[in-house]
Amino acid sequence: MPLPWESAAWEKAMRTIRDTWLIFDRSLTLSLRNPVWVIMGIGQPILYLLLFGPLLTNIARMPGFPPGGAFNVFVPGILVMTALFSSAFVGFGLCDEMREGVVERMTVTPMSRLAMLVGRSLRDVVLLLGQGLILVVLAIPFGLEINLGGVTVAFAMLALIGLMMSPVSYTLALVLKSEDSLAPVVNGLALPLLLLSGVMLPMSFAPDWLQTIAKLNPLYHAVAAIRALFNASYGDSEIVIGVVVLVVLAAVTIALGARSFSRAAA
Amino acid sequence: MSPEAIIETAGLRRVFKGHGRDQRGAVEAVAGVDLRVEAGDIFGFLGPNGAGKTTTLRILATLLPPTAGTARVAGFDVAHKPEEVRKRIGYVAQAGGSYRESTGREELVIQGRLFGMSKADAGRRAQEILDALDLSDAADRTCGTYSGGMRRRLNIGIGMVHRPVVLFLDEPTTGLDPQARARMWDEIRKLRDGGTSVFLTTHYLEEADALCDRLAIIDHGRIVAEGSPSQLKREIAGDVLTIGVDGDCDRVIELMAAQSFVREAGLEDGLVRLYVDKGDEAVPSVLRILDSHGLAPTTMNLHRPSLDDVFLKKTGRSLRESAA
Repeated sequence: MPLPWESAAWEKAMRTIRDTWLIFDRSLTLSLRNPVWVIMGIGQPILYLLLFGPLLTNIARMPGFPPGGAFNVFVPGILVMTALFSSAFVGFGLCDEMREGVVERMTVTPMSRLAMLVGRSLRDVVLLLGQGLILVVLAIPFGLEINLGGVTVAFAMLALIGLMMSPVSYTLALVLKSEDSLAPVVNGLALPLLLLSGVMLPMSFAPDWLQTIAKLNPLYHAVAAIRALFNASYGDSEIVIGVVVLVVLAAVTIALGARSFSRAAA
Repeated sequence: MSPEAIIETAGLRRVFKGHGRDQRGAVEAVAGVDLRVEAGDIFGFLGPNGAGKTTTLRILATLLPPTAGTARVAGFDVAHKPEEVRKRIGYVAQAGGSYRESTGREELVIQGRLFGMSKADAGRRAQEILDALDLSDAADRTCGTYSGGMRRRLNIGIGMVHRPVVLFLDEPTTGLDPQARARMWDEIRKLRDGGTSVFLTTHYLEEADALCDRLAIIDHGRIVAEGSPSQLKREIAGDVLTIGVDGDCDRVIELMAAQSFVREAGLEDGLVRLYVDKGDEAVPSVLRILDSHGLAPTTMNLHRPSLDDVFLKKTGRSLRESAA
């Protein structure tokens, strides 16, 4: 009987991991080389804190505002929003690579199609976690209270949001092929996800019908879960719901995205 | 024994679907192509834009499944064993393949690694290619800073990293200035001399003539002629005489067709076109005949047959016009 690491399936898995690393490494190098990205990526969380944070102190006194300090409600929302937007628009970079023939060139190599997707998506996750980390650290002096365990799980959930959204963006890019068509579609998708997530204002302010719709939004659960985590309310059922919803959806979108990459050529 | 076939297709077809129930706008881009390319040749695929060159190339490079027919490349069927084909071919698209924000070296190294090379091997191979293509000085600059010719050379280098047995080049010199084009031709010949079979598409007659060992002319998805450039030109016996006439072209054609030294007479782009046995002797005779009928030519042009004449004869159109 052949040993497990001598089987074809094992070899294929190793190959996929290796290719994923190669694409991740290449993509991350390219992103960090782009000064515009680096400045905007770091600047964005700072802008939120400076220009939006001060509004919160007064809103937090309104009845119906969720429990926790203003920044413990605000920062989880901004983290989810950053994760959503930085991963929803990753398809733009892919359009650029497609136009220069990079995707086609790699399609004519024996490399893993799953790696083409996952390598890029992991790069997106690393970048959004970096942004999130900057935001959290900078928010502490403003009054954000953190606990290490909660923040760690919260960041794992942000990674899942990235793994769920970036394959959607890449799939759309592979189908639409141009930034001009991609922009309205991504906006049309991301905006309702954002509005119904309770990031901007707590959904507890919403009428019943809107709250019902919001519950169908995976990001609504993600926001609720991450707020609970920041408040160290580990018994909150939203945490389990949020994690399960994100894991399932990320698995679906990754499968879908990998399929698009293997068909991209056709 | 005949030389080994590196590419062999039979009845290759590709239809792009149209819209709606009646399939409006469906296009048969490749309409039954039978090809045999022998190992060690530079094989050219010549035709106007939209003739089906790129579609055929993409099928052969495993990027597009054929609607019907079969294609074997480097010994494997493209539809059933695309992974095996991919290990053995290099492909350079018209769009290029190098990313403008990566350096030349980075692109070569990652390509090697995607073909399974170790970091050290990929690095050595990259340097080898950079030296061979005279790109060492630019190796660590981003591709966006390269000249058109340099970028094309790099793209071909990327396609060569894993030492493929056959290299596909889609319009490798389109948009290059004459100097860079000549340089590219030299590089392609070097590849062939090094044992790589090259399959390229082009709509440049001069390129097909000067560079290719064998070629196929494709029009509307069908192969209309195949052979070496000299074989193809030999099909057009004699010389070509084009005459500009101010007025009644039909009458001139009628007159000329009746002459024993004229093999064929026809009209193309407002010019009378004669295929004659001996051009230098035909010119004075033509002038005399026209004069005796009170007709005066405005222009006269005598030339040896070119691939364009082959194309014209097979399709009724000039490739120069179609390509413009």
